Amino acid sequence: MIPASFDYERARSVEAAIRLLTERGEEAKLLAGGHSLLPLMRLRMATPGLLVDLGGIRELSYVRRSGDDLAIGALTRHCDLAANELARADSPLLAHVAGQIGDPQVRHRGTIGGSLAHGDPASDLPAACLALGASFLVAGSAGERRIPADEFFRGFLETALRPDEVLVEISVPRHAEAGWSFQKFTRRAQDWAIVGVAAVSDGSTRISLVNMGSTPLRATAAEEALAGGASAEEAAARAADGLEPPSDLNASPEYRRHLASVLTRRALEECAAVT
Amino acid sequence: MRVSLTVNGKDRADEVEPRLLLVHYLRDVLGLTGTNIGCDTSSCGACTVLVDGESVKSCTMLAVQAEGTEVSTIEGLASDGVLHPLQEAFREHHGLQCGYCTPGMVMAASSLLAEHPHPSEAEVRVGLEGNLCRCTGYHNIVKAVLSAVAP
Repeated sequence: MIPASFDYERARSVEAAIRLLTERGEEAKLLAGGHSLLPLMRLRMATPGLLVDLGGIRELSYVRRSGDDLAIGALTRHCDLAANELARADSPLLAHVAGQIGDPQVRHRGTIGGSLAHGDPASDLPAACLALGASFLVAGSAGERRIPADEFFRGFLETALRPDEVLVEISVPRHAEAGWSFQKFTRRAQDWAIVGVAAVSDGSTRISLVNMGSTPLRATAAEEALAGGASAEEAAARAADGLEPPSDLNASPEYRRHLASVLTRRALEECAAVT
Repeated sequence: MRVSLTVNGKDRADEVEPRLLLVHYLRDVLGLTGTNIGCDTSSCGACTVLVDGESVKSCTMLAVQAEGTEVSTIEGLASDGVLHPLQEAFREHHGLQCGYCTPGMVMAASSLLAEHPHPSEAEVRVGLEGNLCRCTGYHNIVKAVLSAVAP
């Protein structure tokens, strides 16, 4: 399986990448670690006319404190985020999730920005960012803007990024004192989650779901139940309310609804145990 | 597109199509056929090589993305006819049956030991989760890796 032909440019800066995206419009795609895009290109489900390789922009790989937030450069690899001491202290959920993605080889190449910009509902980091109340700094020909995670994921593999925009930084509120949990159910160690649940509990509780719809999403019914005084078990029973989970060779929608409830209960119990 | 890199310590520079995958560059352009292609979908790890010392699936990387890097393949492990300690350990502990996954297993194990020089058995099993052995010979593979751990 070989990708269709494409033009290839190495961008030395975000500005250079924006310039190339502006020139070539929708036929251009950004390439970071390639672990979301290249598999799609090999299946010819994606046939970009131009790949703009961001891999050489080393200054977009960092983890640092920024006020009450932890700021992560978009080209930070999963392995670097998982091992980063600051990330493990300030956002243990995010560091943990980064260490659960794929397998070591995938984590050596894949980046947080690449995973988020791909917007796959079956990916772990988008759901983690929803539970954390993250926001994303993007840069384009019209300048910079910040997009809350809740407004970023628009449809299947579709985000709020415009064709000329580059995701440059992810900000998550530091949550060292909060309860948190990430539950991922897979058939094989390295697989995508059949269903995953991320939860952060810090006074109120935010719950998000992996692979339960066409986008990464919040379990709003369960969150509202908790806010209204329901127990973890009662809230978890409502985890899949109003959702239309996908059907594939791993699971039927009914099975996914069941898993979402079971994993949400486990996540809420774990959140309570660490606070 | 010109790509310049080091493969097993030798400088290489070749004109390649941007869509050429690293595994095809290694096998078809350089003739290094020790790196196998298994699943072709980033799952099985048979094509694992080291890029700047870290394991990657060479079926999910473009050759042009390896510009300026140091790539190591299974052919680069032995020196002067002497097997690398991991290769010797796989032989000693019968860490292979059909052998197809072996080059990828050995390269993944070498990356694992570089990052975690003293792993537990559980850490070896988790550390090799990106490599599938369809003979299901995992037990002896794990034994081999543990035996290669420096004291």
